[in-house]
Amino acid sequence: MLFGIEWDATNSWTLAVSIFPILLHGLWVTLQATVLGFFIAVVLGLVLAVLKAAPTRLVSWPTRLISEFLRDTPLLIQLFFLYYVLPEFGIVLPAFLTGAIALGVQYSAYLSEVYRAGIEAVPIGQHEAARALNFAPTRTFTHIILPQAIPRIVPAMGNYLVSISKDVPVLSVVTVLELLNVATIIGDRTFNYLVPLSMVGGLYLIMTLLAAQGVKRLDMALPKTGIPLK
Amino acid sequence: MTEPIIRFEKVVKRFGDVTVLDGLDFTVAPGEKVTIIGPSGSGKSTILRILMTLEDISDGVVWVGDEPLWHEKAADGTLKPASEAHLHRMRTRLGMVFQSFNLFPHMTVLRNITEAPVHVLKVGKAEARERAMGLLDMVGLTEHADKFPYQLSGGQQQRVAIARALAMRPDILLFDEPTSALDPELVGEVQEVIRKLAEEHDLTMLLVTHEMRFAREISDRVCFIDAGAIREEGAPEELFTAPTEERTQDFLRAVLDDG
Ligand SMILES: Nc1ncnc2c1ncn2[C@@H]1O[C@H](COP(=O)(O)OP(=O)(O)OP(=O)(O)O)[C@@H](O)[C@H]1O
Ligand SMILES: [Mg+2]
Repeated sequence: MLFGIEWDATNSWTLAVSIFPILLHGLWVTLQATVLGFFIAVVLGLVLAVLKAAPTRLVSWPTRLISEFLRDTPLLIQLFFLYYVLPEFGIVLPAFLTGAIALGVQYSAYLSEVYRAGIEAVPIGQHEAARALNFAPTRTFTHIILPQAIPRIVPAMGNYLVSISKDVPVLSVVTVLELLNVATIIGDRTFNYLVPLSMVGGLYLIMTLLAAQGVKRLDMALPKTGIPLK
Repeated sequence: MTEPIIRFEKVVKRFGDVTVLDGLDFTVAPGEKVTIIGPSGSGKSTILRILMTLEDISDGVVWVGDEPLWHEKAADGTLKPASEAHLHRMRTRLGMVFQSFNLFPHMTVLRNITEAPVHVLKVGKAEARERAMGLLDMVGLTEHADKFPYQLSGGQQQRVAIARALAMRPDILLFDEPTSALDPELVGEVQEVIRKLAEEHDLTMLLVTHEMRFAREISDRVCFIDAGAIREEGAPEELFTAPTEERTQDFLRAVLDDG
């Protein structure tokens, strides 16, 4: 029994049918971790991208170093760091939140590069026209450059969203009951790993295909000239 | 003679080891329409870009009215490098039309024109809109106000860009090869708008162009620049018909043969 749901291990079919609602619980946690992690990465990634492009090296170099560090160290280490080290400083967060933050922080480093590429792809003439019209630099960034950069980076962002979902199982090591963790618990207790693990694989496949479709639709819906401002 | 509105004083501009402007002296009177001609790479765009504060200077002083553009007057009267606030204030006097239009592709034509007046000059939305429609009327594009730039031809886009620059009410309007990126059949409509501006407004205009006939029609004065300094200048009739410098003669012979 898990989440108050009993399973029926008579044979593989009954097991599959009976654990399906249990796995959905795990899937729900995986989706939440993915979305929260992605949200953190999208926001923090933009902040990192802006800081990396800062005019003073005092800001840009440390940011680059941090971003490089985040990309070059394993997610597991970052997760352990947050999970075991932060409490020593009196910061105790629930496992789920810690996990989502770890995902978000690592992926913010990846997304900052995506933002950078998108921002650099906006022609220099746009910056020059904005300067000639005397826009403040922040307004130029938020109203002229970003709306043109974002449509260009939607496909790359979508790929990272899928990547995050595939990294969620790492959170199982800090007891988060995400999809894979739920499946292995079922396996441990029923001595049948094949069924739950196959189902996890299937659910991931469906999730990834749906996400890819969604991103493709979004990409086609966004005009390549930038997010329209009427 | 009235005070010049633009004055380059021994201006030097280097890109790394390359000296592009080599002690340039150059003045423009208020309301004057001046065309700069010269071979590729001679520094024509650089002059305009320095004025639009897109490019800084390595040495010398640029004056706009009685204020230095790239410097500020310190308390003791000496000049120190300009702050961003000073540049921001100085830029309100200038506008620029680019070779590649540089309209904002994600904004409608109308929004392209009203965006800066509303958010930089803090003009009311209704007023900015009304004035934008007036400018669109002047460039003959009122019916395209709600379109996006990609829905317009190059010539129409450049006319919008002219309206956009005018909406900021500059004293000085800079044109950097405004028709060079256009298909030949679209050049005329843009030149027509610039000609009308030159005839009907007391705007100071500084134009870089390779269209010698157009330069001759609209300018009060033509400056021939080569290797970062003005080699010859004068009224268009003089400079085009009887250039005195050999370099000018060579240049004109080359471009007029091409055309
Ligand atoms: N950002 C830059 N970095 C390095 N060199 C530059 C830069 N901008 C311009 N230059 C060089 O400065 C010189 C003058 O350039 P400028 O664009 O002013 O020439 P131009 O007279 O406008 O030429 P064209 O007729 O081709 O437009 C050229 O040799 C150019 O290569
Ligand atoms: Mg040029």
